[in-house]
Amino acid sequence: MTNELTGIGVSDGIAIARAYRLESPDLTVEKRTIDDPASEIARFESAQSEAADELEAIRKKAEENFGADKAAIFGAHLLVLNDPELLSSVKGSIEQGNNAEYALQQAADTFTAMFEAMDNEYMRERAADVRDVTKRLLAKLLGVHVSDPSSIDEEVIIVADDLTPSATAQLNKEFVKGFVTNIGGRTSHSAILGRMLEIPAVVGTKSAMDAIEQGTQLVVDGTDGLVLIDPTEQAVHDYTVKQEKFQQDKELLKRYVTESTKTSDGQHVEVGANIASVDDLPLADKNGAEGVGLFRTEFLYMGNSDWPTEEEQLEAYKAVLTAMGDRPTVVRTLDIGGDKELDYFKTPDEMNPFLGERAIRLCFAEPDMFRTQLRALLRASIHGNLKIMFPMIATLEEFRKAKGMLLEEEEKLKADGFAVSESYEVGMMLEIPAAAVIADLFAKEVDFFSIGTNDLIQYTMAADRMNESVSYLYQPTHPAVLRLIHNVITAAHKEGKWAGMCGEVAGDPLAIPILLGMGLDEFSMSPSSILKARSQIAGLSKADWEGYIPEILQMGTSEEIIRFVQDHSK
Amino acid sequence: MEKKTYTITSSEGLHARPCSLLVSAVTPFQSDVTITYNGKKANMKSIMGVMGMGIESGAQVDVEADGADESEAIAKVDEIMKQESIGE
Repeated sequence: MTNELTGIGVSDGIAIARAYRLESPDLTVEKRTIDDPASEIARFESAQSEAADELEAIRKKAEENFGADKAAIFGAHLLVLNDPELLSSVKGSIEQGNNAEYALQQAADTFTAMFEAMDNEYMRERAADVRDVTKRLLAKLLGVHVSDPSSIDEEVIIVADDLTPSATAQLNKEFVKGFVTNIGGRTSHSAILGRMLEIPAVVGTKSAMDAIEQGTQLVVDGTDGLVLIDPTEQAVHDYTVKQEKFQQDKELLKRYVTESTKTSDGQHVEVGANIASVDDLPLADKNGAEGVGLFRTEFLYMGNSDWPTEEEQLEAYKAVLTAMGDRPTVVRTLDIGGDKELDYFKTPDEMNPFLGERAIRLCFAEPDMFRTQLRALLRASIHGNLKIMFPMIATLEEFRKAKGMLLEEEEKLKADGFAVSESYEVGMMLEIPAAAVIADLFAKEVDFFSIGTNDLIQYTMAADRMNESVSYLYQPTHPAVLRLIHNVITAAHKEGKWAGMCGEVAGDPLAIPILLGMGLDEFSMSPSSILKARSQIAGLSKADWEGYIPEILQMGTSEEIIRFVQDHSK
Repeated sequence: MEKKTYTITSSEGLHARPCSLLVSAVTPFQSDVTITYNGKKANMKSIMGVMGMGIESGAQVDVEADGADESEAIAKVDEIMKQESIGE
């Protein structure tokens, strides 16, 4: 049986090669009492100077491999190694009779804890830098040998607990075909490096180091976040075909980066990116995003130790809006509850969390928290082309209430002398069937709709999208779902408003022709899907698909509709 | 004591690179150099102290130098802030 691991796919593509394990050395520290602090400090300083020499050598190597910009991080590592706060903490502890290893470990823990507690993901990941430097120093003190990835001279897939910055700098990129790590997220070093080198990477598998032995054949699918361990010949064959196809497609798609999205009969629709932070923008830009159709603000809140302040949020929104400039940026207000929780706030325990007090409902239950976000958004509005979107709206009263709170905060801000843009828009996420049915009434009051398909399908089909046994009911092209979507788009246009879609269906090749025919104005998707969608749209005639819609809406099953799309897409 | 106030303009705030530049610049000076943000003060010769403040783009910070070469230290900070478009 082929073993599979799943993780977070952070860099697209397929890699097939043998595993190269980057072992983490045993750096277990024991606490000892020493009676000659002066000589212990001398021992520490000598380890420190050896570590500095080593880092300097790595910095040079990184400069050759990646250029001065990327090597600058090792300049920062040298500063950490010589940091007066770190050194005084270590020396103070040695003077109290602790051995150097223990003193260093304690100091390192304090600093990494500080970074880990910070409210932005970039800074939290910097804890990895501190750990990297202190581990190097600790290995010197303990006399432990650390493995040397620069010696790799055949094609491999790196398997590691996590990729330290110094390990990544020593990797010979000619031979490294992919990464698999136990821990990490979208902005961990392995993720960033994977995207930079454009090699597939899967992080956060939790058990890669337990499950994969040195030299084992692997297939890494960085698009789906999948790792096959010791795959069958058939699987290797299938993935080789997939890999070739991926490379060809990538080349062909490049020409669409700088083009606007146009159908074969010259109609323009907008294709934008779904993002979770400003860190996702380079990838969105690289793929030619014409806007941000969904900025998920919950990541500002999740993994944080407390509610983000108005100023913290302002900075995050401002960074995205400034970078996007004139391009539209749809920011969704806090959408937690359901499957998304916070460490510092207990979301209600409920029988059916997806049907419970989540998203806008939770915001109404916690008005101070909601108003803080609205104020931050309004203050950021002058930095770009902002569109504010409320999630999970079911009733007109809810939309009016949310908008009312927004306008109240706007009045207060203006009274306090803050500038607010005159042209920001206020819309809603359409993901509840009740709202889709009365979209004509909502359309008179909103500036725009954005259709969230994951929840719209789950609520329309009454099928929990996390539940495998009813997953067959997750049917994006079910006639009921399509009729609701059609109703929303038609209602918006009747009132001169625009309708977009930020759910996964917007990037689904089987749905795109139908959505185009229905007149969807904006498609928003993960950045890596944009070029594919744009190239597909370029081959479709909007007039033709408009003509097919009445027929499609009369079809009884999803299967029939899919067959129709396939037959007419050729 | 010399003091100067800056608004951080580098788009990512005081992240690793701008921090490194500033810390490297002030380390050779004898004077104590500190940076204050949101009421918290850190040793500006400590990259962890400065990065640990999580100073974001648009933030206002005070830089203070106290010692024999305080004016030179502030002048150096000023030079780096402007030259590298970190703050103004």
